[in-house]
Amino acid sequence: MKQAAWLLLALVPAATAAADAGLGSPAVFAPASTPAYVIRDLALLVIAVCAVILFSVGGLLAWSVIRFRARPGDAAREPAQIYGSGPIELAWTLVPAIIVVILFLATARSIFDLQKEQAPAGWLQVDVVGHQWWWEFRYPGAGVTTANELHLPVSTATQSQPVFLRLESADVIHSFWVPRLAGKQDAIPGKRNGLWVEALEAGTYVGQCAEFCGTQHAGMRLRVIVHPPGEFERWLDSQRGPAVTDPAVADGRALFERTACINCHRVAGTVANGTVGPDLTHLMSRSTLASGVARNDGETLRRWLRDPNHLKPGVLMPAMQLGERDLDRVVAYLMTLQ
Amino acid sequence: MSGQAAAARRAGMLALLTTEASFFASFIVVYLFYVGKSATGPQPAAVLSPPLVDTACLLASSVTIVQAMRALRSGDRGTFNVLLILTILLGAAFLAGTAAEWRDLIVHHGLTIRTNLFGTTFYALVGFHALHVTVGLALLSVVALLGLCGHIGPANAEPVEMLSWYWHFVDVVWVAVFTVVYGVGT
Amino acid sequence: MARGWVTTVDHKRLGLLYVASGIAFLLIGGIEAAVMRWQLSFAQSDAVSPETFNRLFTMHGTTMVFLVGMPILTGFANYLVPLMIGARDMAFPRLNAFGFWVFLFGGVLLYFSFLGGDGLYGAGTAPDVGWFAYAPLTGKAFSRGHSTDYWVLGILVSGFGTLTTAGNLVATILAMRCPGMSLAKMPLFVWLMLIVSCMILVVVPPLTAAQAMLLLDRYLGAHFFDVGHGGSVVLWQHLFWFFGHPEVYILMLPGFAYASEIIPVFSRKVIFGYPAMVGATVAIGLVSLGVWAHHMFAVGLSQLQNVFFAGSTMAIAVPTGIKIFNWLGTIWGGRLQMRTPMLFCIGFLFQFLVAGLTGVMLAAASFDWQLTDSYFVVAHFHYVLVGSLLFTIFGAIYYWFPKVTGRMLSERLGRWQFWLLVLGFNLTFGAMHVSGLLGMPRRIYTYGADRGWETWNQISSVGVIFQVAAVVIFVWNVVRSLRRGEVAGDDPWNAWTLEWSTSSPPPPYNFERLPTVRSRRPLWDLKHPEDPDWRFE
Repeated sequence: MKQAAWLLLALVPAATAAADAGLGSPAVFAPASTPAYVIRDLALLVIAVCAVILFSVGGLLAWSVIRFRARPGDAAREPAQIYGSGPIELAWTLVPAIIVVILFLATARSIFDLQKEQAPAGWLQVDVVGHQWWWEFRYPGAGVTTANELHLPVSTATQSQPVFLRLESADVIHSFWVPRLAGKQDAIPGKRNGLWVEALEAGTYVGQCAEFCGTQHAGMRLRVIVHPPGEFERWLDSQRGPAVTDPAVADGRALFERTACINCHRVAGTVANGTVGPDLTHLMSRSTLASGVARNDGETLRRWLRDPNHLKPGVLMPAMQLGERDLDRVVAYLMTLQ
Repeated sequence: MSGQAAAARRAGMLALLTTEASFFASFIVVYLFYVGKSATGPQPAAVLSPPLVDTACLLASSVTIVQAMRALRSGDRGTFNVLLILTILLGAAFLAGTAAEWRDLIVHHGLTIRTNLFGTTFYALVGFHALHVTVGLALLSVVALLGLCGHIGPANAEPVEMLSWYWHFVDVVWVAVFTVVYGVGT
Repeated sequence: MARGWVTTVDHKRLGLLYVASGIAFLLIGGIEAAVMRWQLSFAQSDAVSPETFNRLFTMHGTTMVFLVGMPILTGFANYLVPLMIGARDMAFPRLNAFGFWVFLFGGVLLYFSFLGGDGLYGAGTAPDVGWFAYAPLTGKAFSRGHSTDYWVLGILVSGFGTLTTAGNLVATILAMRCPGMSLAKMPLFVWLMLIVSCMILVVVPPLTAAQAMLLLDRYLGAHFFDVGHGGSVVLWQHLFWFFGHPEVYILMLPGFAYASEIIPVFSRKVIFGYPAMVGATVAIGLVSLGVWAHHMFAVGLSQLQNVFFAGSTMAIAVPTGIKIFNWLGTIWGGRLQMRTPMLFCIGFLFQFLVAGLTGVMLAAASFDWQLTDSYFVVAHFHYVLVGSLLFTIFGAIYYWFPKVTGRMLSERLGRWQFWLLVLGFNLTFGAMHVSGLLGMPRRIYTYGADRGWETWNQISSVGVIFQVAAVVIFVWNVVRSLRRGEVAGDDPWNAWTLEWSTSSPPPPYNFERLPTVRSRRPLWDLKHPEDPDWRFE
């Protein structure tokens, strides 16, 4: 019990400390966005109240257990039998009730602060679609579609840029969770949910699907890249254009367009127009592959194409059974999709 | 001791009826939840008409079983047998009415459990009720057979009354189902 | 001999069968958990495949709730309720036997999925959809083969067993009490079993109904949970949690019941505030019917719904607090005998306090948006189901073992078991609070090394070693004591309820002469004729 109590108290610093190292943990107590701060503040209040209760009630309990131990000699006599006490029982009903009311009011306020069903006017909206097992991000205003890495603008003291994420799912229930930016919200087929973030620091934030969604639930990770002022627009522009066409890899592209790849994937400006898998138009602008499971470089991409199941067991993308030469050509082509 | 046994039986039967009520409540809530949400037709208002005759039969069967119990307690075995068989016939008439309704829906309106949400919830709710009527009829028939063979007398009134509770319950559920499906739902 | 156990309708034998099968399933579920802990000890581990891992946590959760928690609760109730109310058996002994065998069949059916779940499509063996089996993952489109059907049918069938036992208990408690035992003079244990049984009768059928709907979807092409036809997948969650949350109290109230018998006896004091204890339990039972959507704060309910369910969930803290305080009031001024049953109950009090407080944190809906489906939740409910329920179950086994077998369990081994379990349990599940706050979702079979979760997972896994050691000591203690334990006598703890007035083990007919009582502690009245309880109640 002692260590449980200790742990509970140690949580806050431990969680914050761990978040400092590199990309680090997606720690709840290292907020970097307005909703995450709101939640953190409520959490600190609730944890503080609970800690006081834990130590007062737990301490009282520990003290009574020690104080009222039977001592040698008094085993024969029974202690005084106390059947109850109206005033005392009323007190320990009312006091917790008052505490509960306080916590409830604080919670209700934060719910009203945080929950938005629709994007307020002027907010950037991004449509987030959960798939088994990857994320699709669409910027409806800009006509940009990308996958697994969500790019957002940072909010500064002079320019607030909150973003509304509209969540839906293409298959089963997923849950969008980037702890340092906001609480989680489910992406549900046949239902539209909303979540908002207002990132206050540029940087990269990790998260992943938080509702069990099948075999590769663990491999449904995501990153949020928050751009410094001005850079988000530049990124959006770079994504808006069609795919790069490099004559040096024309045969790779021709081969790609003949494979079944195009049934599921889209490369803008080519015949590849599938929507089942991630949009590949700017594939190489992403730092990870297979929904955050591996680094996105030529070497890994080649292994991925040869046998997706090896990198990510259970993944729905089939191996294309390309020969080594063909594999090289397709990879060479894909590598140009900046 | 026998007082205890009777009390236990009543409590046990009430426990059973509680679970049944909770079970039907779930289907009724789901039915209401999906009212008007069918993506395609046929819609309830277009194909359902309140089965008044069936309903009257089922309600009447509750009256006849009450009278049957009264006859049994007063030792009038003949009247008991007649009223019990009448109860069974009324219940069977209800089931026949349900069967005719389903046939009409399936054959003429093309409504099956796969057609739309209305079909799904309708057949599930009404079907589970009909299943309970069927079970009740089977049990009543056993009692009727025993009665005709002269094995049921005033001494058995207690257990038979438990069965009548079940039968009343099935009746009450139907009133709820009727209200929801043919009233609110259309 | 063996045939006697198969054909028995004796409530004591059936109770033992229930508890024994519950413990057998506990060992199986424990092994499943240990394999998961092994897998999660190292980042990027591939000790088991994702498919296997998903089956493991599905079977672990399903087993622990439906095949361990439920039978142990019904087992103790079966054994003790008739003895405590001075009856010769349950109201419906044959129904009782039916209930047990149906339950066992359901459990075996679920586990048969390892062999038979392959089905026509060769997809999967054991169920892999999680113990709450969210739609649409359970639909034909995402769950081919029969593994999900085994989950549905195994639970559905064992649910019938649970329902019959609950009805049987209600009838027994309402109709079979010995002369003098009004409702207000029943031991708290019996009161709590009455409330639990009533809850079962109300909340299990919606689960049965939901499972029936799922089967209709899967086999007849119905559309209950079919988004394509306008169905709602959230509907499943409402139906499931309307069962699922009260289920937590159904599992936990028996733990309260054991503690409410054990703590007074080893404090040598009458339970403090009996009427408040009953009232608080009834309140928990009723309020628990209106809190289910706190499992669903992240599914996008309306603001008002979230506020309502946050409030109703927090409200449960009040009656729960009353119970803790009343146990504290019982200990206060007592002469505590630190025997093993009492040790487990004291462990329970501390750990339940932690569980209750993390429960309040989860009830704060906005905070829950961070915590739900993370390891913090896993930590929370294991503090309930292991740190509280399992601890009281062990306490109960140490307490009633002498009555059941006529022999005492070893105190020395009991102490070892207790301290190892306290250590192991708090290591394993204490650390999970931290992994959750560091952003680790539950039900992931692996994680990247850069996430900073490895250390905490390793602490969790190390704890398992101590827990396994504790369970091994327990099994050894039972096996050893059955043959060589100290002879107990009728009333080894100098206790006060009726089961201690008959021989150990009790004869098949329980009591030579049916007792008559005047108070809640009939044996206290016998032992202290100068100061009987009925003067004060």
